[in-house]
Amino acid sequence: MFFQLFWTYLKIGTFTLGGGYAMLPLIQREVVDRQGWIDEEEFLNMIALAQAAPGLIAVNSAIFIGWRIGGWRGVCGAVLGAVLPSFLIILAIAMVFSDWKELPAVEAAFKGIRPAVVALIAAPLVKMAKSALKIKNSKLKIQNYLPLLVSLAAALLIWLGGVNPVWVILITIVCSICSCFFRSSR
Amino acid sequence: MLYLQLFLSFFKIGLFGFGGGLAILSLIQMEVEKYGWMSQQEFVDIVAVSQVTPGPIGINCATYVGYTATGSVWGSLLTTFAIVLPSLIIMLSICKAYFWLGKRFKGNPYFEQTLRMLRFTVLGLIASAALMLIKPVNFIDSVSWVIFGAVCFFTVLPQIHKNKVTEFLSHPILLIVLAGAAGFLIYR
Repeated sequence: MFFQLFWTYLKIGTFTLGGGYAMLPLIQREVVDRQGWIDEEEFLNMIALAQAAPGLIAVNSAIFIGWRIGGWRGVCGAVLGAVLPSFLIILAIAMVFSDWKELPAVEAAFKGIRPAVVALIAAPLVKMAKSALKIKNSKLKIQNYLPLLVSLAAALLIWLGGVNPVWVILITIVCSICSCFFRSSR
Repeated sequence: MLYLQLFLSFFKIGLFGFGGGLAILSLIQMEVEKYGWMSQQEFVDIVAVSQVTPGPIGINCATYVGYTATGSVWGSLLTTFAIVLPSLIIMLSICKAYFWLGKRFKGNPYFEQTLRMLRFTVLGLIASAALMLIKPVNFIDSVSWVIFGAVCFFTVLPQIHKNKVTEFLSHPILLIVLAGAAGFLIYR
């Protein structure tokens, strides 16, 4: 089981570009459709848990499926498989990158890439905000957009206030638990 | 001492990295800047490399910082282990609870409310990561803003008009390659 999970996750880890979310469809195809280790419903539960728990989604999903199928050995196999490809590739890049960066052609290319990277961080926010707000038809009611004030406050605290994101996350957790507690005790 | 500091920082990043991928960037940025492990330019460069190489961005950043801060493979192994460790502890506890108690999490009001709120906080974290990177080292002239605008436009386009062409044009790897080619031609 160790090797089977290791091999499956190694394949998924090697062939997905763009991080955790991009991995999910591949994991589904391998684990649900091809191997039949878990069913569709459990897969959806797995995604919910992997997103709810802190840490990397790809690693969290590897832990869940590894545990579900092979216990401790499964967890080790799946996590190693998921992490190893990117570890080796980045290690190789880290070893040569400082030399490559001196090349004028590479430096010129990166001058073009840097603003593109900032855009690639910022632009997906539109899609993410839409799915967080669960906007289906374009209803323009102002109260539907009120939760975005939380996002705005978080962004300003970190960006202008220099607050560590860790505190912002802790405050969010405490506030939501408190609001839930007061609502249920009323 | 350096190794202990690296371990603690990346453990913290793994522990508070809710929302995956992009949301973890502002945490990493805060930590690596605090200790001067990576310049802001280097940080953007490694995010770019992460977008075109396989694997989760968190692992990529951890491996890279571990190597460059210590100059040895052991540093990479340590930081990568440190970012995965909190997941292992928490996710395994969740798994055990999940398989023993059944699907008790779903429908629990505290759990659901916290998750809902975290989704919006995560949006803010990602926005702050982008805002912190809008600086002269990354935006050297007006061409930078043109590239920024174009990439934003092509990424958002499928949200406005969804078809095969807009889907293809919004692919991050394609956009990075094009931006790199543009940079090569303009700044050479």
